[in-house]
Amino acid sequence: MTDVHTLSVLVENKPGVLARISALFSRRGFNITSLAVGETEHPEISRMTVVVGAADFPLEQVTKQLNKLVEVLKVVELDPLHSVRRQIVLVKVKADQATRGQVLEVVQLFDAKVVDVATDALVIEATGDSSKMEAMLELLEPHGIRELVQSGVVALGRGSRSLTDRALRSA
Amino acid sequence: MSESTATHGRTSPSPATVAQYTQGQVAAQVTGAKSLILSLEAVGCEHVFGIPGGAILPAYDPLMDSTKVRHILCRHEQGAGHAAEGYAAATGRVGVCMATSGPGATNLVTAIADAHMDSVPIVAITGQVNSASIGSDAFQEADIRGITMPITKHNYLVTDAAEIPRVIAEAFHIASTGRPGPVLVDISKDALQATTTFAWPPRIDLPGYRPVTKPHQKQIREAARLITAAERPVLYVGGGVIRAGAAQELRRFAELCNIPVVTTLMARGAFPDSHALHLGMPGMHGSVAAVTALQRSDLLITIGARFDDRVTGQLSSFAPHAKVIHADIDPAEIGKNRIADVPIVGDAKGILADLIETVTAEHEAGAVGDHTSWVAATTQMRETYPVGYTPHAEQTGLMPQYVLERLSAIAGPEATYVAGVGQHQMWAAQFIDYERPNQWLNSGGAGTMGYAVPAAMGAKVAEPERTVWAIDGDGCFQMTNQELATCVINDIPIKVAIINNSTLGMVRQWQTLFYNERYSNTDLHTSAGGSRVPDFVKLADAYGCLGLRCERPEDVDAVIAQAMATNDRPVVIDFVVERDAMVWPMVPAGVSNDDIQIAKDTAPQWDREESEAVEQDTDADHDGE
Ligand SMILES: Cc1ncc(C[n+]2csc(CCOP(=O)(O)OP(=O)(O)O)c2C)c(N)n1
Repeated sequence: MTDVHTLSVLVENKPGVLARISALFSRRGFNITSLAVGETEHPEISRMTVVVGAADFPLEQVTKQLNKLVEVLKVVELDPLHSVRRQIVLVKVKADQATRGQVLEVVQLFDAKVVDVATDALVIEATGDSSKMEAMLELLEPHGIRELVQSGVVALGRGSRSLTDRALRSA
Repeated sequence: MSESTATHGRTSPSPATVAQYTQGQVAAQVTGAKSLILSLEAVGCEHVFGIPGGAILPAYDPLMDSTKVRHILCRHEQGAGHAAEGYAAATGRVGVCMATSGPGATNLVTAIADAHMDSVPIVAITGQVNSASIGSDAFQEADIRGITMPITKHNYLVTDAAEIPRVIAEAFHIASTGRPGPVLVDISKDALQATTTFAWPPRIDLPGYRPVTKPHQKQIREAARLITAAERPVLYVGGGVIRAGAAQELRRFAELCNIPVVTTLMARGAFPDSHALHLGMPGMHGSVAAVTALQRSDLLITIGARFDDRVTGQLSSFAPHAKVIHADIDPAEIGKNRIADVPIVGDAKGILADLIETVTAEHEAGAVGDHTSWVAATTQMRETYPVGYTPHAEQTGLMPQYVLERLSAIAGPEATYVAGVGQHQMWAAQFIDYERPNQWLNSGGAGTMGYAVPAAMGAKVAEPERTVWAIDGDGCFQMTNQELATCVINDIPIKVAIINNSTLGMVRQWQTLFYNERYSNTDLHTSAGGSRVPDFVKLADAYGCLGLRCERPEDVDAVIAQAMATNDRPVVIDFVVERDAMVWPMVPAGVSNDDIQIAKDTAPQWDREESEAVEQDTDADHDGE
């Protein structure tokens, strides 16, 4: 069964690590849907959030292969029910005087923001999980999307436990 | 002090002295290059195979002064890489190769990939262009770290001289622990030239590298329980047993539980061929007994093997009735191709020792598995279908299998045998008797033509007292034979048996069987019809080796004896053999192991009652009886 999985990968913050990890995914035949990297509260550790579409079994294989990388400290699959997932979208939509009102309605509905205005277009900034972003884009589509850029998904487990602490403790 | 006129090295103490000196944490001011050599000395590296060039040149200067590290100048970097592999595979010590940037480094790639596939501990050190030029397509620049990412266990790019001791210590540690493998260290020229401090030992900082070596006791108990309950268990043994140095434990365990053993291509020698429980090699060219025992087994005790497609054939029909205990140092191998009922992550030596302990305790408590009738059945399979060969009526010349049988008989199990890739490799795996681990070296996972001569050279450097035979094809030999020059000049007297069938034999065999005997581009003209391009005897002679030719069965013993008696230089024997000899048994790629053939269109004939008995047994399994 193919499914979407969100992996949090804690890695040493060293040059080349991103290349190593993305190469591993492609070599093992996985398509990365989304990827985000950034420093954690410990500057020597980076956290990557990788969203992949994969059946359960090959995912286990890729997790094991990731764990073999010397610079990988911890790999955890985040359970969608017990984690928060967000991505940011910037979208430039056609909007003249006649249609601006309708577009702004969508902006409001999705708790988004207008960050730039031109006579015939708006730039909208929105954050949320992937399905919310998809829904918003669907409603904006009829107005004419001129440019779209999306960040990778970032995700964090709910509750007080810290992945980085756990990784540091076992290291 | 050396006569070197280079600026560095003249006034400073010799590397060996500094290394001793710095064991006590006294730091010394040296160049990055010297720090590299000191680090190599400090980790115990005694031999480096390599070729210098612009970017690595600074390292070669202090290398000249080292009394602990001997550098052997090779003729091709691929040869240097395979030599490091042979050195490592023969002894378990880390093999080291060195090359310059760009083409020097890329020439190492094949050997690095080979070491990655066969879990060989090597460290490859490459020079890189100045750090300021990296990324500018500078002269002889290649992103060797990027290139080797998927084929190394780990790799480094060093641009700061201060990191050299730590990186070298880490590289050797990573290469030799856990599942062994190749590590590449790429060092920029400016880092080699910079002044730095050398202190030993450095602090190894690898928070993400924690190989699991101790097995989980619960899994060991579960495995012991299955073993006692099994009726038709087979020990499916892979190269991991050899890398772990677990051959003794394996033997004790197999005898304790009375379980038949199969040894994969990578594991030949892990269990003595002469042992009554040994069924031979499984897989595409495995013995009928080994292949059939796996197919009929109800429990595979898999140690350090990885269900490679050359062993399983069609995966879905491989050992269909068997539960699987899978023990491996690499958790990613477990369940990769075949689901394991009992996964055990750990070092093979420790796992086998723990299994021995647990099973012994069970025996004392009265729970003893009875595998007597199964052992009798598998023994009968082995006796009915020994690995053998029958020349066809038109084959009146020298049979390649005969050459290998005689070589085994004359050179014996204390010699090391190093094969190329092709038919000769399979015959060497089948017809030489292996009695000890590391007696057999070959390129299994990658199947790299050209492995034999340089790997034999490395093995001979590692164990100069042993006789080392390279068994090579006429095709393979032409890929790396220039290392004979290295052997002659550096007094590394290996012996080479070329199994010369004048063709890329293994490919020709497939053309015979699967391409209607259309021999597209496989003729090598190295003996057939009297055309000898090149003439291997003259070639050997040109290198300063002893070159011999043998074309008749009655001359085989004498020519091998002459080679055995020659130890002052390498020997090359051109064994001109029948070109249409084929490797049997064979399970064609992707076909079920049940369809093993012992000759063209010939399946083993099982005694009716015997097969039915086994079938009933397996049915009983399904009924849960
Ligand atoms: C580097 C490389 N190139 C090509 C192959 C494909 N290949 C496998 S066996 C073989 C023939 C080897 O011929 P030879 O060395 O004469 O050995 P023989 O099979 O005749 O014993 C070839 C071309 C390979 N394994 N490695």
